[in-house]
Amino acid sequence: MEALLLARIQFAANISFHILFPTITIALGWVLLFFKWRLHRTGNVAWMQAYKLWVKVFALSFAMGVVSGIVMSFQFGTNWPGFMERVGNIAGPLLAYEVLTAFFLEAAFLGIMLFGADRVSPRVHNLATFLVAFGTTLSAFWILALNSWMHTPAGFEIRDGVAHATDWFAVVMNPSFPYRLTHMLLASGLTVAFLIAGVSAWRWLKGDRGAEVRLQLRVGVTLGALLIPLQILAGDMHGLNTLEHQPAKIAAMEGIWEDERGAALRLFAIPDETERTNHAEIEIPYLASLILTHSLDGEIKGLNSFIGEHPPVAPLFYGFRLMVGIGVLMLLISWSAWWLMRRRRNEGEPLPRWTLRAMVAMTFSGWVATLAGWYVTEIGRQPYLVYGVLRTADAASAVPAPMIGLSLALYLIVYAALLVAFVRVVFLLASKAGQGERDTRSRDVVGVPA
Amino acid sequence: MDLPLIFLALMSIAMLAYVVLDGYDLGVGVLLRRASVEHKDTMIAAIGPFWDANETWLVLGVGLLLVAFPIAHGVILGALYLPVTLMLIALMLRGVAFELRAKVQPERKFVWDRAFYAGSLGASLAQGFMLGHYIVGFEQSLIAYLFAMLIAPCLTAGYALLGASFLIMKTEGLLQRRAIGWARGSLWLTALGVLAVSIATPLASPSIFDKWFSMPELIALMPIPLMTLLLFVFAHIFLRRLASDAANDNDRGLQRWAWAPFVCALGVFVFAFLGLAYSLYPYLVIDRITYIDAASSGEALTIILIGTAITLPAIVAYTVFSYRVFWGKARKLSY
Repeated sequence: MEALLLARIQFAANISFHILFPTITIALGWVLLFFKWRLHRTGNVAWMQAYKLWVKVFALSFAMGVVSGIVMSFQFGTNWPGFMERVGNIAGPLLAYEVLTAFFLEAAFLGIMLFGADRVSPRVHNLATFLVAFGTTLSAFWILALNSWMHTPAGFEIRDGVAHATDWFAVVMNPSFPYRLTHMLLASGLTVAFLIAGVSAWRWLKGDRGAEVRLQLRVGVTLGALLIPLQILAGDMHGLNTLEHQPAKIAAMEGIWEDERGAALRLFAIPDETERTNHAEIEIPYLASLILTHSLDGEIKGLNSFIGEHPPVAPLFYGFRLMVGIGVLMLLISWSAWWLMRRRRNEGEPLPRWTLRAMVAMTFSGWVATLAGWYVTEIGRQPYLVYGVLRTADAASAVPAPMIGLSLALYLIVYAALLVAFVRVVFLLASKAGQGERDTRSRDVVGVPA
Repeated sequence: MDLPLIFLALMSIAMLAYVVLDGYDLGVGVLLRRASVEHKDTMIAAIGPFWDANETWLVLGVGLLLVAFPIAHGVILGALYLPVTLMLIALMLRGVAFELRAKVQPERKFVWDRAFYAGSLGASLAQGFMLGHYIVGFEQSLIAYLFAMLIAPCLTAGYALLGASFLIMKTEGLLQRRAIGWARGSLWLTALGVLAVSIATPLASPSIFDKWFSMPELIALMPIPLMTLLLFVFAHIFLRRLASDAANDNDRGLQRWAWAPFVCALGVFVFAFLGLAYSLYPYLVIDRITYIDAASSGEALTIILIGTAITLPAIVAYTVFSYRVFWGKARKLSY
């Protein structure tokens, strides 16, 4: 049991660290392509300055994602040998297709995208940038197909305890996949939107007030304001899909113990799994039923209908509220900022100071919301590794607990150090971009990607 | 169709590709410490566009091991758990250092240069240790561990040889001259490593001994050790020639033969790999697990094989394209 717990913590630590960086690169690749397209269309140098700053963040995030992804590729086997034994026929091809179609593609063209601007024609450089963005998205496609299959397995049959694919289309297009993919791609877009807006607001507050800073602020705010309503809609639909396929997860997210008609939405509560009840509830009557069943007296199955088969309640309950809370903040801040920016288009300051400070505070909010959401969905799958098919405990490895503990400690130290370094360097790059702009304004710019 | 055999071949190709490709960029990392500050940037620039894709071969190789031979994957990575962890942490450190060294404040750059060196060295040593431990079948004895610890610096020297030869090709001037010296220095330790592995594998297993030292195999297999020896001799001769060209400022000579040491080093790795593959076949873990014992069911492999048949030619094609784009001497990195 101890080894199992350590293996879970280790895998969770690795995958949490890893997902931070694809969350940035998936959307940032397309944003970079957008910057290049705007530069080409308008000839405005500010677009190039935006490209030059964010391509560096992209390169750094990409490197962090690659190296932590290599760790993951080893740990699928070392931490969960039972996973490959039982469902390797499904998971193996999906992982292999990710490496073959996406991983090599992005890695090879990243070199040309980053370092080849003065060695290839603009057209080839655009193509390389496109292929890198396409590769990161394709990579998300395969990984989320596998992850979704672990939540809502389909298109297979079990023979002698081993899963065999019967319909590959059904495996990939399993019931939760379209929702999860959409939700994750939008999460990536929002993470990047608030990252760009936050860093630009920080530059403005620091006195770095070029046209390019204003432009990037506008891109970040607009992208955030555009995507957040879509994300709320996608999240709602994803929730309905979960209610259909994993009702125990929804019961835990909502903190509903008994089967209820006209269930209230618990805004806050302290779920207590020993007494199987909530303390200190603050609730809005009927709202949970309304959201989840689109009717006031719709029935929601409570946790007590899934005794021994439902995930731990508290992390799901709090994690879900954290994610939704950030989503609501994103909506309020991006919409008010967008409206204020429109009104102040011709003034010196793009936004009032309080809005800029709020944007700075929200710089990494996308990361927090994404992690919270992933914790909800992944812990929500417990006690299963593949929902209804394979229990997590049955997939664990025989690696002794002290060894896992030692490697876990090493990983945690490295991850903490790298995370601090990453955040510091993002802001350092942003402040250097401001200085660089002042230094090179009169100089010719070499190797302009167009 | 013999799927397990096809996948054994594919996995071997991926591993060999990883060893020579990431080998040269790990080698450049190992040599970084010896270079002056201004040369460090050029060395990094020489490997910058490639290292990401190079490491992807490791993911493919280990992924194929996992998917096609899950039992062997469990045994091998279980036995190598700690060195693998150290290698992964070292690879992380160097991959990130590669980016950070160019992005932090100039006065902090040296910290990440050191991290890049330490990560490259750590990953190379860990891989050498794993190789040494692997070819004696994970034997738990003092001699076996000492042997693994001997192979660790030898493989690192092999990577340094690849890295230095790569730099001879990709750089000019003083750095190129220094790289010639580094290559000459690492040649002997590399040769010692190949020799040690060649002696140890037949000693570790009687079946391997019989595979090499019986008639007519002994004669039929002679090309492998002979070619390896010949390539070492050629590498030595070319390096001596390049060193004398450098001493006489004979730039034409330097240009003309700059590719030769890398090709020789590449050949050494390929022939050493062939020898090892012959020794091990059909075992994935010596005298314990054959590739047939460990093979997973055919249906997953068929699906992957179809994907591989379509994508691998494309991967090779755009990898070649990427090397062509960055053909010639490395220039300063800017983006």
